[in-house]
Amino acid sequence: MSSKHLPLWEVFIRSRRGLDHKHIGSLHAADAAQAMQSARDTYTRRQEGVSIWVVRSSDIHASQFEDDSAFFDPAADKVYRHPTFYDVPEELKL
Amino acid sequence: MNVAHFEYVQRLGDNALILGQRLSEWCGHSPFLEEDIAMANTALDLIGRARMLYAHAAALEGQGRDEDALAYGRDERQFGNFLICELPNGDYACTLIRQYLVDVYHHALYSTLCGSSDAGLAAIAGKAVKECAYHLRRSGDWVVRLGDGTAESHARCQAALDEVWAYTAEMFNGDAIDDAMAAAGIGVAPGSLAAAWRDEVEAQLALATLSVPRDDWSASGGRQGLHTEHMGRLLAELQFVQRAYPGQKW
Amino acid sequence: MADTSPPDALSRFERTIAAEEKIEPRDWMPDKYRLNLVRQISQHAHSEVVGQLPEGNWIARAPSLRRKAILLAKVQDEAGHGLYLYSAAETLGVSREEMLDDLLSGKAKYASIFNYPTLSWADVGAIGWLVDGAAIVNQISLCRTSYGPYARAMVRICKEESFHQRQGFEIMQTLAAGSAEQKAMAQDALNRWWWPSLMMFGPHDAESAHTQQSMQWKIKRQSNDELRQKFVDQTAVQAAHIGLVIPDPLLKWNESRGHYDFGPIDWDEFNRVLAGHGPCNRARLAARRKAHEDGEWVRDAMLAHADKQRARATGAAA
Repeated sequence: MSSKHLPLWEVFIRSRRGLDHKHIGSLHAADAAQAMQSARDTYTRRQEGVSIWVVRSSDIHASQFEDDSAFFDPAADKVYRHPTFYDVPEELKL
Repeated sequence: MNVAHFEYVQRLGDNALILGQRLSEWCGHSPFLEEDIAMANTALDLIGRARMLYAHAAALEGQGRDEDALAYGRDERQFGNFLICELPNGDYACTLIRQYLVDVYHHALYSTLCGSSDAGLAAIAGKAVKECAYHLRRSGDWVVRLGDGTAESHARCQAALDEVWAYTAEMFNGDAIDDAMAAAGIGVAPGSLAAAWRDEVEAQLALATLSVPRDDWSASGGRQGLHTEHMGRLLAELQFVQRAYPGQKW
Repeated sequence: MADTSPPDALSRFERTIAAEEKIEPRDWMPDKYRLNLVRQISQHAHSEVVGQLPEGNWIARAPSLRRKAILLAKVQDEAGHGLYLYSAAETLGVSREEMLDDLLSGKAKYASIFNYPTLSWADVGAIGWLVDGAAIVNQISLCRTSYGPYARAMVRICKEESFHQRQGFEIMQTLAAGSAEQKAMAQDALNRWWWPSLMMFGPHDAESAHTQQSMQWKIKRQSNDELRQKFVDQTAVQAAHIGLVIPDPLLKWNESRGHYDFGPIDWDEFNRVLAGHGPCNRARLAARRKAHEDGEWVRDAMLAHADKQRARATGAAA
């Protein structure tokens, strides 16, 4: 067995013009050029996309589970950030 | 019916079918999953192209035959593909070197055929040339990766190149059908593609640290239906069901 | 990985599952949940990968160019599904190489049905219709599994699989409406693939080693027997529609249950094949091993080339 493994890449696809790239899956490839081709061959066979990003998985920095409450809970009471918080006359189309 | 025109389109179809048949043999057996998928994409393009070319040839012939009649109803002497397409896959280096050499040829061929006076053929070429551009990018990349990889991969690539090289000359040696089609503005004079092919291939082989083999002998005969012994077995497998149960729908 | 858990981690995990929310890769999870998932997802991935082989056996011999293209695209999809599933399992901290090693050493299991041979073109139809049909019943249920990456892979797979069963049924329908020889070919394939297809859902609920815990954690959403019944109900109608006979004299509509009754499954056969003694176990593993071993120099060369390129880029920048 080979001692070294092919690195893991994350694939992001823009499905239509006007939309964001969205994470669609992963694959293994030796470098960015090969990851790009494999992404094309694997994830756009049914016309799923018009643009591809590939990113080495190890280059992604993710928020940690332990930080969830500190990161995300404080936003819960800021209801005034949402338009539905305000009581205005409906007919004025605000 | 113009027999030369029919034959010309049919043998373009033969090249696509026979090479597609070979590539499809890798499905489920390639070096890693991503390659199983990628190689199948190329094979699917080729099989799709064969179907379009056969359907067009059959329409030109006007005898009521269809794509399957051409694919399944002929013996090896009636197939006009290049020998390079029917060679066994060998190892992955061999398959990819062969693919690269044919991709360079096909890309140039179909680019030119986009201007064919046969509108049907030009339309098929318009689709094929996009596929060829991608196939070429992939196989060209692979040739460099494997040629300039490890000592083993380099040796395998060089051996594959030395083995397959003699089968490339055939792509550029046209016959009376090619001449007639080129003169009519329908087809391409194969010889006209030779110099650019050689330049492109030599440059890529240099990147891959591979040596261009000597041109000491070359194989030929595919256009005339004079095949290698591999071809009969390939067709026996490809045509088995239709031969065993003739005249059925599947 | 050890359970180095914050004090409320388990209750948070359980609340998330109870609320029908997904568990995601960086969440804390019980070791057993992780192991259970790795086992199930990797088995599923192995099944897709080994599953390329029986149908792949007929790509070269497909009886029309249309069928050849469809079959090749379909088998290619299996490779893709294997890839999606290995990727989902990799989010749990196990590498594809480790999973492949387990498959190739014979340690890991895969769907036993792929240890039966494909003997005629009709077998390609039967696999699409029955084997993919059974797989879809199972997979639709798994779209609601509690682990996010697995659920997302399943959604994608179900979307792609929907043509697999249809193309298989279409092959069977064409054969059943064809010559006497073709119809016999289709019936023979149904006879051979029916019971193994029912076995695909696994042992009866009472005997299933993993079902209870998996259901509790919502890894599995419906039991083996429920899913098997669903498959029998839909397939019985389809077989009748094309005039093929399901090889089970006890198969009969049960008005009071609202389901088809069916005969007993030969679990001895199931266990024999699972233990490695089916007709093709050795050939399937040998084919996978050969592909992996023959591919090793290719993978090594890719890495070596990428290293060289990086070194050159660094050298040029310095």
